[in-house]
Amino acid sequence: MFYREAGQYKTSYAADMAIFPLLQDRIGIAVILAVLFVGVPLFASEFLISTVMIPTLVFSLAAIGLNVLTGYTGLISLGTGAFMGVGAYACYKLTTYFPGVNIIVWIVASGFFSAAVGVVFGLPSLRIKGFYLAVATLAAQFFLQWCFVRVPWLYNYNASGAIEVPLRTLFGLPVTGPNATPEARYLVLLSIVVGLTWFASNLVHGRVGRSWMAVRDMDIAAELMGIRLLPTKLLAFAVSSFYAGVAGAAMMFLWYGGGEANDAFNINQSFLILFMVIIGGLGSLIGSFFGAAFISILPTVLKFGLPAMGVPLGGATAEHITYLVVGGLIIFFLVVEPHGLARLWQIGKQKLRIWPFPY
Amino acid sequence: MSATEAREPPMRLTATGWTLVALAAAVALLVVASLSGLIAKGHPLDTLFVDPFRQMVDAPDLLVQTIWEGLVSGVLYALIALGFVLIFKASGVFNFAQGIMVVFAALTLVGLHEMGVPALLALVLAVGVMFVLAVGVERFVLRPLVNQPDIILFMATFGITYVLIGLGELVFGGNPKQMIDEQLFLPKGAIELKMLGGFVSLQKIDIAAAVIAAAMIAALAFFFQHTRIGRALRAVADSHKAALSVGISLNQIWVIVWFTAGVVALVTGIMWGARSDVSFALSTIALKALPVLILGGFTSVPGAIVGGLIIGVGEKIGEFYWGPLVGGGIESWLAYFIALAFLLFRPQGLFGEKIIERI
Repeated sequence: MFYREAGQYKTSYAADMAIFPLLQDRIGIAVILAVLFVGVPLFASEFLISTVMIPTLVFSLAAIGLNVLTGYTGLISLGTGAFMGVGAYACYKLTTYFPGVNIIVWIVASGFFSAAVGVVFGLPSLRIKGFYLAVATLAAQFFLQWCFVRVPWLYNYNASGAIEVPLRTLFGLPVTGPNATPEARYLVLLSIVVGLTWFASNLVHGRVGRSWMAVRDMDIAAELMGIRLLPTKLLAFAVSSFYAGVAGAAMMFLWYGGGEANDAFNINQSFLILFMVIIGGLGSLIGSFFGAAFISILPTVLKFGLPAMGVPLGGATAEHITYLVVGGLIIFFLVVEPHGLARLWQIGKQKLRIWPFPY
Repeated sequence: MSATEAREPPMRLTATGWTLVALAAAVALLVVASLSGLIAKGHPLDTLFVDPFRQMVDAPDLLVQTIWEGLVSGVLYALIALGFVLIFKASGVFNFAQGIMVVFAALTLVGLHEMGVPALLALVLAVGVMFVLAVGVERFVLRPLVNQPDIILFMATFGITYVLIGLGELVFGGNPKQMIDEQLFLPKGAIELKMLGGFVSLQKIDIAAAVIAAAMIAALAFFFQHTRIGRALRAVADSHKAALSVGISLNQIWVIVWFTAGVVALVTGIMWGARSDVSFALSTIALKALPVLILGGFTSVPGAIVGGLIIGVGEKIGEFYWGPLVGGGIESWLAYFIALAFLLFRPQGLFGEKIIERI
């Protein structure tokens, strides 16, 4: 009724290729951005911001990264958690060596270190394919995780062996460290995520993204059409690890505020992010956000939902039931909608277009 | 003789050939340099490349002990990999849950015994539980997800993993348990062998593990080669469609295959459990089976066994002789690098089917 494209003529090539071709979509994205930038910091509680919004944003960044690799280029990686760790440690080293430089610069720059590591571990992707590659990327996961523990230089020889996030300010306001308010951390993180999402969107809709998708659909055919596999696959690994690295740095500095790497960047994290990508929708940027939101909200919902169902909060039983429920939900969602939440979103939009008529 | 006639191409080395030549040259150079005294003791190259071998020659009993321990853990890796290969061949599912099935099976056995069920009856009941699990997986996961992309099925097994962890801990409790090895007539203690100027100690349980594994593999080979169901299984592994068209029920085959994998998991679980406690911490050993798989090939039973032995021995020798040089703990990733080294020369694993790609 109100979501119609009738009368919206595309008179130029640019308008035809626009990512948001409908006026309603553009209004919608503006409203969403306004709510996220203004509404949430003003009205949402600190609890909501720090347990739902910040994790969602961090995970969506990592999920976008993995989606570039798995969803767009068709290379399965189980090393995302380790690449996030590389970003976190790079950021930590950089900000201790150059404390004067703004922390946001270092959070984004640490992605480049992660990208370099990602390219090295992406090299086998030329010879190895499919699940063989997935297992090969586990080499990255375990090797890097080992480095995080065994190379004390990485954590500045701290007694705790963990990253200790120092106080850093932006315009005089603390954004990292113990004094930073959730609102400040949230706004910084949101700006980074919006900027990088815009960049990723341009990347996947352009020539680079198309060559990725050609490689995904059939790499030999893509090669015959003149796409050079080596640069294309390695670029996918680099971009993917870049996003993962920024996500890892943001996770340590803007969310956790320091912590042990083995807990934060272990193999389960890699699987969790792969799961976000799949439940959100392979090859869909908006799906990455859906998947990340789903996974970030789920623990909170279970924490408050289980007592309502009569299971005592805390204790081992609740934890076991959480495992059961999460596992069941994974299977349930895969059975109901293997193409992910992004497909549901598309179906919803299609329905809205013809609403209130059935077809 | 016409000019167009095909001529013998000149001898040329491929890229991998050159790599091998370079490797051989490097080794020869090292040996010469070390023998001629160019690289003295304490030189970094000596500590890295020569000294470990000197240690091996100086203390052959330690070497034999290390190799034996490597072989034993290799057998157990091979058993996990075997369950995996069975499922991958018959249903094309990359079964991430195999490691958890090992723990779940062992936990069921021990948990039932703790509840007062006699050991042998508990064994039978545990086999029954694995059958129920196989039916459940087929009915609720495989059947609804038939014909979905591989990665979706892989993710579904990730869901199964969570369900099994939750279920196992909910029913039997999360604390580590002792394997009931005495009640199952498994031997205890060690045999001391005097050889090569020292003692080599062989755990009886390890010998039993090797014997039982060999017996089970022989039984499986017989089952696959000489029974009606075995033939059907091989037909399904060859081609789902062709098997369907000659009247083989895929659903039935999947139940049988998952059940077989479950029994293999139970045996593996008993063996692993007898060496350490039974708890979900054991599931990390499942991650050790993955490099075995890519080394041996996803579809090859002999590959799983040979791969398991290579990984087991390589890992133990690496950890024992080279581990201290870099601070130890390299077991977590060494296996992956061994497997990667093999994969560079054979991308489909040692015994995997040659991947033929057509446009």
